[in-house]
Amino acid sequence: MADDIIRLEKVCKSYNMGLTSQTEVLHAVDLKVGRGEFTALVGPSGSGKSTLLNIIGLLDRPTSGHLRIKGDDTIGLSEAELTNLRGRAIGFVFQAHHLISAFTALENVMMPMLVDRGFPNVEMETRASELLRSVGLEAVGGNMAANMSGGQQQRVAIARALAMNPDLVLADEPTGNLDTKSSDSVFELMRQVNRKSGTSFLIVTHNLDLARRCDRTIEVVDGRVTG
Amino acid sequence: MMNSLLPFEAIAAMRFLREGRMQTLFIVSGIAIGVAVIVFMSAMLTGLQANFITRVLTSQPTIQLVPPDQLARPQRMGPGVFENATIQFPTQRVLSIVEWQKIRDRMKARPEITAVSPTVSGSALAIRGDASRAVSLSGVDPDTYFGIVHMKDYIVSGTATLTSEDIILGTVLAKDLGATAGDKLNLQAASGAMLTLTITGLVDFGNKGVNTRNAYVALRTGQSLLGLPGGATTIDLTVGDIYAAETLAQEIQASNLVEADSWIATNAQFFTAVQAQKNSNVLIMGSVGLSVAFGIAAVLVVSVIQRSQDIGILRAMGASRGQVQRIFLLQGAALGLIGSLVGSALGAGALIYWHSIAREPNGTELFPLILERELFVVTAFAATLVGLLAALAPAQRAAKLDPVEAIRG
Repeated sequence: MADDIIRLEKVCKSYNMGLTSQTEVLHAVDLKVGRGEFTALVGPSGSGKSTLLNIIGLLDRPTSGHLRIKGDDTIGLSEAELTNLRGRAIGFVFQAHHLISAFTALENVMMPMLVDRGFPNVEMETRASELLRSVGLEAVGGNMAANMSGGQQQRVAIARALAMNPDLVLADEPTGNLDTKSSDSVFELMRQVNRKSGTSFLIVTHNLDLARRCDRTIEVVDGRVTG
Repeated sequence: MMNSLLPFEAIAAMRFLREGRMQTLFIVSGIAIGVAVIVFMSAMLTGLQANFITRVLTSQPTIQLVPPDQLARPQRMGPGVFENATIQFPTQRVLSIVEWQKIRDRMKARPEITAVSPTVSGSALAIRGDASRAVSLSGVDPDTYFGIVHMKDYIVSGTATLTSEDIILGTVLAKDLGATAGDKLNLQAASGAMLTLTITGLVDFGNKGVNTRNAYVALRTGQSLLGLPGGATTIDLTVGDIYAAETLAQEIQASNLVEADSWIATNAQFFTAVQAQKNSNVLIMGSVGLSVAFGIAAVLVVSVIQRSQDIGILRAMGASRGQVQRIFLLQGAALGLIGSLVGSALGAGALIYWHSIAREPNGTELFPLILERELFVVTAFAATLVGLLAALAPAQRAAKLDPVEAIRG
């Protein structure tokens, strides 16, 4: 049990549509992600994948059910506690890379540590350089994020997601905007990190070929988890 | 790289401002122009006011003590019955202040009064050859009086010396009489008494009326001409705190048999003008402050929309609502501060330039260049505060963004 990073128990999510009608997007989802697992989350558009990812990433709250992170229930936590937990336990990689363009690649990698600790310091910079080296971009750390290629930006985003040594990295179609070659190398990078550091990954993808290369595939169809 | 003394919020605020170059440049220019206008106007107003006050206070006493008006009382026939209820206002003779020496000593004893000088004044006729002019004659004690009216500063020819045989004339009066320093002239009083005096100096007080009428002689000469031996018609005072002059004057009047006129009461028009100027200055400052605030708010609202993805990412990374809010508050404050610094420099530059080209007809400066540090500190502080307040609503909006929606863009 304690080896589960994430555990969802009967998680429902519904949205108010207008004043009276409600739409349930997730129906009593049960899900586990174990430590060190490299999992793909697949499903057609509109199946509730993104909602599920947002709930797991503590960006959204479930309407009912329980979400445990490393065994601790998150339902009673305040907004500030959730934010804090999110910053420390979870790293994000988004589809449209989403680096902050006003900062350099290195500074983007430092950002989660800076947000957490408030003031920059040398250790942060050292750690960010190491992470950039591990994604093969040490040489371009000083470049502004906006001046990098899509593949490079996504590698920086992966380095950034690892900055706080999270238990879980959530990746929302991390290769969706990349050509096949960059897509492959970004995927391989994540796989490598997973093997080396034991960080769990949960990757939303449309690419069934990539999904097949993961340890496990979870399929979401119409707000229900199968497989 | 990042400055390790700055917190995350300040670093992000500066980077966002730097990245939005055009917006930042435009809004900073807008703020700077507004602040420059305020700085320029306030400093010039202070200068003009200071100039006037210096001129007033070195050419006239701050408080003048004169004998009370002479009144006629209605004659009574018996208790509560007047013989003649209508009375004519009596003519005002030139009278000495009763026991002026005693009052003078009492004034000298007060610590808030820095100079005391008795004078006699009245009218006389200056005669030189065919020309004769009515003059308003002041008999003064040069030692004390020149400490109140800085005669030396206003002398344009000759010297500021007064023995019993000397006279100092206003420049226009001297011209009318065709006289210059060193010439002699006759002075005749209403009583018929006549004296021949030597002109030692000509004074220009920058006021035509005064320059046309005023003549100064020694106190004893004045006393004998005006038929007031040993008398003094006025006691002139200078006080330390010039703005307390009116209160002090009222206090003196209440406790002595004299009428006390302060420079504040006699220059009431000037104070009305200054007050009007100050009011319009406040109005302008208020409007400039408001438009600066709206400008900053508008720029930041747009910036929040432009940066909503960045905000979403920061929130996903664990940035709290408070941190996001502070990033935008700091941007507002920084815009206000930077704008006010640039504006202060602009305003001061414009003032220095204007000071160098704006001259009185005689070539002296129109106003002294007074650049008080206080003005700049207050302006910078106020502009920063305005920026902070203007950023409240946009910052609130940024903090309230739902990270899920913000990231989706």
